[in-house]
Amino acid sequence: MTLHAPTRRELLLASGTLFTWAFVPRVARAEGRDPRLLVFVLRGALDGLAAVAPIGDPEWQRLRGEKALTLGRTPAALPLDSFFALNPAMPNFHRLYKSGAATVVHAVATPYRERSHFDGQDVLESGFTGPGASESGWLNRALGALAPAARVGGGKDAFAIGPIAPLVVRGSAPVLSWSPPRLPAASEDTLMRLLDLYRHTDPALARALDERVGLATIARAGGMDAQQPRAAGAGQVRAYFAESAGTAAKFLTRPDGPRIGALAFDGWDTHADEGVMSGRLANLLGALDGAIAAIETEMKAAWRETVVAIITEFGRTARINGTDGTDHGTATVALLVGGALKGGRVVADWPGLRPANLHEGRDLKPTTDLRAVLKGVLKDHLCVDDAALATKVFPDSGRVKPMAGLLA
Amino acid sequence: MAVDPTFEACLSLHRFGLGPRAGSIAAIASDPRGALLAELESPEAGRIDDPALSGSAQAARAAFKFQQEQRALRLAQRPRSDANAANPRNAAGPAQTQMPDKAAAQPPQPNAGPGVPQRLYLDEARARMHAALGARIGFVERLVWFWSNHFCVSADKGNVRPICGAYEREAIRAHVRGHFRDMLLAVESHPAMLIYLDNARSIGPASMAGLRQKRGLNENLAREILELHTLGVRTVYKQEDVTSFAKVITGWTVVPPRQDPAHAGEFWFNSRMHEPGAQMVVGKSYPDLGIEQGRAVLATLARHPATAKHVAGKLARHFVADEPPASLVQRLTKRFLDSDGNLKELAKALVTAPEAWDAARGKLKRPGEWIIGAMRAAGTTAADIGPVMQAQNLLGEPLWRQAAPKGFGDESNPWLDGLSQRLDIANQLARRMGAQADPRQMLEDTIGPLASSDTRQAVTRAESRPQAMALLFMAPEFQRR
Repeated sequence: MTLHAPTRRELLLASGTLFTWAFVPRVARAEGRDPRLLVFVLRGALDGLAAVAPIGDPEWQRLRGEKALTLGRTPAALPLDSFFALNPAMPNFHRLYKSGAATVVHAVATPYRERSHFDGQDVLESGFTGPGASESGWLNRALGALAPAARVGGGKDAFAIGPIAPLVVRGSAPVLSWSPPRLPAASEDTLMRLLDLYRHTDPALARALDERVGLATIARAGGMDAQQPRAAGAGQVRAYFAESAGTAAKFLTRPDGPRIGALAFDGWDTHADEGVMSGRLANLLGALDGAIAAIETEMKAAWRETVVAIITEFGRTARINGTDGTDHGTATVALLVGGALKGGRVVADWPGLRPANLHEGRDLKPTTDLRAVLKGVLKDHLCVDDAALATKVFPDSGRVKPMAGLLA
Repeated sequence: MAVDPTFEACLSLHRFGLGPRAGSIAAIASDPRGALLAELESPEAGRIDDPALSGSAQAARAAFKFQQEQRALRLAQRPRSDANAANPRNAAGPAQTQMPDKAAAQPPQPNAGPGVPQRLYLDEARARMHAALGARIGFVERLVWFWSNHFCVSADKGNVRPICGAYEREAIRAHVRGHFRDMLLAVESHPAMLIYLDNARSIGPASMAGLRQKRGLNENLAREILELHTLGVRTVYKQEDVTSFAKVITGWTVVPPRQDPAHAGEFWFNSRMHEPGAQMVVGKSYPDLGIEQGRAVLATLARHPATAKHVAGKLARHFVADEPPASLVQRLTKRFLDSDGNLKELAKALVTAPEAWDAARGKLKRPGEWIIGAMRAAGTTAADIGPVMQAQNLLGEPLWRQAAPKGFGDESNPWLDGLSQRLDIANQLARRMGAQADPRQMLEDTIGPLASSDTRQAVTRAESRPQAMALLFMAPEFQRR
C-alpha cells in the first residue's frame, strides 16, 4: 500500500498551520471505522456566555444588560433548547446542531483556577492539573497509547520547519506539520496592545506606529490598496480560519493520509469592546463557524467519521467590565462538531448566575471537568482505554469519568 | 549609590552586544566591563572559520565559470533557431519564425534555484548569522558589522555579489582588533572594493594604457576614501586632492579571468595602468614608487587627526547616541591617535568610557541587530537564512546591499519608518522561532533589569505565547539601546 506524503505543492497550498499525527490508529480500523479527530485550541479565553447564552436563566438579562444575547433582539440568538441559545454569528453550527452533528458542553473548565493565559493554555494542552508540568500534550500522549496500524508520510516526521507545534500535539509520538508560506499580519488586537504600551512608555514609538496605522486606514477608506495592509482585518481572519480548517480536512480525507491533528486560533481575549452581536467576537465566531463549514465540506463522506473538539483555556467574567468587554474568568463552553456525534444537545449541570452562584462572585462556576469531555471523545471515538486515559493521557485524573454518550 | 549590576549587565548586552540569551545577564553581572574586555581578547570572538566558505578570488573564479556556462547554454540554443529561419517551410517571413531572440534572451534553466553568485552570497550570509547567534556577548561581532558598514561594498553591483561575504571576512574581520591602517589597506586593495567603486578600470591618462586608449581616470574610490573612509566630508581635502589621489591608485586592479585563469579575482598592481609621476595629496608630495605610492598615501590618511575624529564620531554615534557627548568623541579621538589607530584599544576606550554607560537608551536598534537580538532571545542557535534576509530587506537593511558607499545611517529617526513592519516580523518570529518558553521568563532573561511595569504587564497579559513574544520583541526596552 503506498503511503501518502503531502507533495511540496500541497504544502505550499496549505495556508493554515496543521499539526497531525503521523500514524493511523489501529483499533478503530480493526472495527471497520476510520475516525478523524481535530482539536481546535482557541487562545485567549473564549467568552462561553457570549457564544452560547443561558437565555432561560432568570439572572441572564440583568447580568449582561444590552450585551445579553436574547431571542427578541436583533440579531436574534439561535435557539438550541429551552434554556440555551447560540450566538447568531454561527448559523452553520446551528444547522449541524439541529441535525444532531453538534454538541455544546457548558459550565466546563480544566482544573486550573488561576487566570493567566499562558498557564491556563499550558494546563489545557498538557492535560496535567497544574502549569509547567510537562513538555508534551494530552493528544500526543493519547496517540502514543494507540497502537499504530500504519505509518503515514513515507517515513518523514515533519514536512516543514515552520511555526512551533502547539503543546497539545507535542511529545514522543511523531508529528507532521504544515506551515503557511506567509503568515498573516499581526492582529488588530496585538497592534492595539502595542500602541497602548508605547503611549505609556515611549511617545516617539507611539507616533511612529500611529502614523502607519492612520495611513493604512486612510488608504483602505479611500479604496486604495494599502501598500502594507495594516492589521489582519475581519475578512482576512475569516479567510485564514476557513483555509486552515479546509486544508486540514483535505489531508484528513486522503485514503492514507493522517487522521488526527490540531490547529490553534488566536484572538479571543476580548477585554474591551467585546462585540458579541457585531464586532470583534461576532467576527471571530463567524470565522470559527466558517471553519466548521469548511471542514464539513472538505471531509465529504468522511464527515460521518469526524469529530472536531473546540476548546479554550478558561472563560470570562459574568459581568461586563468598564470598557464594554469582559475579563478573565473560569467556566466556559466546549463545542463538539462532526458527523460521528450523537449531538443536538447542550450538556450542562447549570450552576446559575445569581451572585452567590458565581465562582468567586465574578465568574461562571465550573460544574464539569473538561477532561471528562475529552476522555469521552478519546475513548468512544478513538478507542483509547480507560487506564491509559486516567494515567498517561490525563495524569491524576482517576476520579474524572469519561463522559459517555457523546458519540453515535 | 551602587548601580544594580544586573542593570549594567543587561544594558551592555543590548548596547554593545547582540542581545542577551537565557543566562547571559547572570553570566556577566559581576563585571560587565570586564566581560566586554574579555571578549575583545578572546581569540575566537569575531572569527568565522568555516572551511566550506571560499576565499574571494576562488569565489570570483567560480562565479565567472558559472557565467561562462550560462552563456554557453544560451548560445547552444541559437543554432536551432537559425536553422528554423533557414527552413523553407517558414517561408512566410521573419515574423513567423520561432522567435529566436526570445529564446536567446531567456536564461536557460537546467537547474532550478539560485546561481553560483547568489549561493555564495547566501552561504556567507548564513555563516555570518550563525556567528551572530552563537556569540557570547556579540561585542566583537558588532564591531565587525560597524566597520563593514563603514567600509561598505554592495552586492547589487554584478561581480561584487559572489565576493562581498569573503570581503568582510578577509578585509574586516581579519583586522577588527588590529590597526586601522592595516584594515584600510586591506579594504582598499580588496577586489570587492576596487570593483564596487570602479577603481579596477581606472586608467592614468598618461599611463601606457591611457595613452593607447581613450578611457581614463575614475575618481570614485579616491573620493570615497577621503570623504567616507578616512578624513571625512568637508575636511582638509579639496577637489585637486581627489584627482591626484585617484592618479596615485591607478593600476590598483583585479586580475581579469581571461588573462590568467589561475589567478583571476586577485588583487593586481597593473603598472601599465598606473599614472606616472609624483602626486600631491593633502599638502604632501608622494614620489611615484608604483604600488608603494598608494600605500604611502593610505598610511598618511590612517594617521591623520581628521581621520581619528571622523572615526571616533562614527563609533560613538553608532554605539551610544545620535548626538554623542563631545567628551566621549574627544576621548576616543585621542585614544585613536595615541595608539596609532589600534582598533582594539579604541574599542576598549569605548566600553570603559563613563559616557558610554550613562547615556540614556535613546538609539533605535537597526533592523539587523534587532532581528538577531530577537532570535537570540528566543533561544535560536540555527535558522534558515531565507526568512532572515527577507526580514532585513523589508526593514530597509538588506545585507551587504547598502544603497550608497556611505553605508546604512546611524540616526534613529529614519529607521522608525519601518516600525510597523517590525511588528509583522516580530509576529512571524514569535510564531516561527518561539519555543514553548515562558514569555515571562524570556522577558526576565532579556530585559528584566530594564523593563518597565507597563512592559511587564503587557507581556504577562498577552492572550497567547506568540503574542507575548511579539510584544516583548517590540517593547521599547527591546527596540532601543
